[in-house]
Amino acid sequence: MEMTSGWSLYIIIIVVVHIVGYSYLLWSTSKMKSDGQKQGETTGHSWDGIEEYNNPLPRWWLFMFIFTILFAIGYLVLYPGMGNYKGTLGWTEEGEWAKENTAVLEKRAELFSTFIDKPIPQMIKDEKAMAIGERLFANHCSTCHGSDAQGAIGFPNLTDNDWLYGGEPDTLIQTITNGRNGVMPAWGSALGDDGVKQVAAYVRNFSEEGQDQDLVAEGKGKFAMFCVACHGADAKGNHLMGAPNLTDTTWLHSFDSSMIETILLEGTSGKMPAHGDILDSGSIKTLAAYVYSLSHE
Amino acid sequence: MKTNFNDEIVKKFAIATVLWGIIGMLVGVFIAAEMAWPLLNADIPWLTFSRLRPLHTNAVIFAFGGNALIGTSFYVVYRTCKANLFMPKLASFVFWGYQLVIVGAVLTLPFGYTQSREYAELIWPIDVFLTIVWVAYAVVFFGTITKRKEKHIFVANWFYAAFIITIALLHIVNNLQIPVNWHLSYSVYPGAVDAIVQWWYGHNAVGFFLTAGFLGMMYYFIPMQAGRPVYSYRLSIVHFWALISSYMWAGPHHLHYTSLPDWTQSLGMVFSLILLAPSWGGMINGIMTLSGAWHKLRDDPIIKFLIVSLSFYGMSTFEGPMMAIKTVNALSHYTDWTIGHVHSGALGWVALITIGSLYVLIPKLWKKEAMYSTKLINTHFWIATLGIVLYIASMWIAGVMQGLMWRDINADGTVVYSFAETVKATYPYYIARFIGGTLFLAGMCIMLYNFIMTVKSKGDAKDIAGVAA
Repeated sequence: MEMTSGWSLYIIIIVVVHIVGYSYLLWSTSKMKSDGQKQGETTGHSWDGIEEYNNPLPRWWLFMFIFTILFAIGYLVLYPGMGNYKGTLGWTEEGEWAKENTAVLEKRAELFSTFIDKPIPQMIKDEKAMAIGERLFANHCSTCHGSDAQGAIGFPNLTDNDWLYGGEPDTLIQTITNGRNGVMPAWGSALGDDGVKQVAAYVRNFSEEGQDQDLVAEGKGKFAMFCVACHGADAKGNHLMGAPNLTDTTWLHSFDSSMIETILLEGTSGKMPAHGDILDSGSIKTLAAYVYSLSHE
Repeated sequence: MKTNFNDEIVKKFAIATVLWGIIGMLVGVFIAAEMAWPLLNADIPWLTFSRLRPLHTNAVIFAFGGNALIGTSFYVVYRTCKANLFMPKLASFVFWGYQLVIVGAVLTLPFGYTQSREYAELIWPIDVFLTIVWVAYAVVFFGTITKRKEKHIFVANWFYAAFIITIALLHIVNNLQIPVNWHLSYSVYPGAVDAIVQWWYGHNAVGFFLTAGFLGMMYYFIPMQAGRPVYSYRLSIVHFWALISSYMWAGPHHLHYTSLPDWTQSLGMVFSLILLAPSWGGMINGIMTLSGAWHKLRDDPIIKFLIVSLSFYGMSTFEGPMMAIKTVNALSHYTDWTIGHVHSGALGWVALITIGSLYVLIPKLWKKEAMYSTKLINTHFWIATLGIVLYIASMWIAGVMQGLMWRDINADGTVVYSFAETVKATYPYYIARFIGGTLFLAGMCIMLYNFIMTVKSKGDAKDIAGVAA
């Protein structure tokens, strides 16, 4: 967005006033007569015993000052600086970024050309593709999923072939491109404290023996009422909604009963950011292939 | 012996300078250790780096530096104007009010009460009170100037005056906030405008608090201790006006390659380069004051402090304009090089000139022949210099290394090193920096001991001529 010409003029004027001001200051003080005092005599003033000489400006210092002023003038001719004036080089920060980015993308396309048209299950056999995929993963994914891709609490493990939204090649590309928003609603007010304990016991009963069977029985009914819509009647989850399978030993957060109860009470949400605007389609496909390779030979 | 109010108030500032200096630097050493060994915060929120870092910067800049500046400005203005301080009661208010602001910082910053504006973290009620204290300070200083019995105003007072006026302006404009409750407020500026207001403030805090103010100190204490006239009156005119006008433009170099418009960044860069010569004008005037008396550099450790401070000043005011060049900044920005640069200014220039000036001032204020131990001054000098060199050198290496690692990219455009790898590579330099800081702090403790022993020592000097009343 351009500023108004009034502001532009204001900026140009104060820049010029400053640069002319420095030049005048240098010119007038280097010409300054020494008030009649000879070399080695002070100006005659004394403050608390401190006197002053009036030695000439050191030449090298004067030249350095003049050089920086000339540099400033030259720079402001070449580059944007004087209000709306664009500079003779037409340089912009965005332009510089675009130039560098295009160079990288061109180089990347060239590197990709040997493997990018293969289907993903074949791409994973291409060492070059996997090396690039690993680096892309380290740059873009490892912050949440970990450099070993094994995830963390709330961030899925990508190496175990157990998927929230599905692990098919196209699904992986879809997930990386558009991101995912997982939402588990809060059930505290619907279930009450007792209900939460009962449903938690029912869920834990799938993968660990020794639950209080009275609680499990109560929980079963409530699960059927509130949870089946997403997690399914068999509690095995639903890839379309990203609802986890509750009957296996893989836990996005934790198998710990207090964690399960907290999530039932307060709900939780997970966000996989969309990378479609950040990465080119070749990089996304290469990344998807790398992720696919983590759970396939 | 009759007490002289002017000296009594300066004594208070001298004591506060040393004590706050030790506290601020102790916090600095602790957070430097946390950078190397993060577990030191023991999971206690108010011991975390993020809470203590603003306490460190506020304590060393405003508590240590501020007390030194206000104290010496009172001393210099009354001595060089041959006039008693204007409104002594107000001067006392300035002292106690300023200490209250600092105590306010200690009681809020570690507990998370902050405006999140760099070097202006203090919450709005403290800001309002500081404004009142600062206006009182200006009244005392300029009141004394008006009462002066010398026709001309001494150059040190120009710099102190520029410091007082500009800090008032910066403080008010940067802290225009709309309060929500007693501790929370929001800036009146939007987005990128807010960012540049913050760095206009931030860089001029460096320019007028840490540079102009301390140049005022330099212009009095170097000629005084060296017993030589100031080198060049006309050089002081050029560099004064050029310095204060070009500093005003330099803020944008803190925001290179951001959403700040291109024209603003360019102007920030070229005026930062123009700033080099005016900055060096002060160094030349100070160092050349010694011409014809170079032997004092060998014999007098106080002169060593004063002159070496100017060498560090020259070095960091050369480094600053270089770092403001966009292509250099692309490497240095966000790295520990910046931290090294700041500390070559803060420890090398600000702290050394303050320490040197205090060694001149303390015996005069307490009417002693000299400091208790010249040998300890010498020890302090060497331990402080060693600490600074260790600090800056480690941060230079760390910063350049980080910059190079961050920009190293593979053929496919991905970065070669993850951020965590650069942190790991910096580890040994963080330890070296911690040792450098510890040495500097040790020097301050030696100073405190020497200070106490001087005050307690017998053998008063002959009554030093006060103001000719």
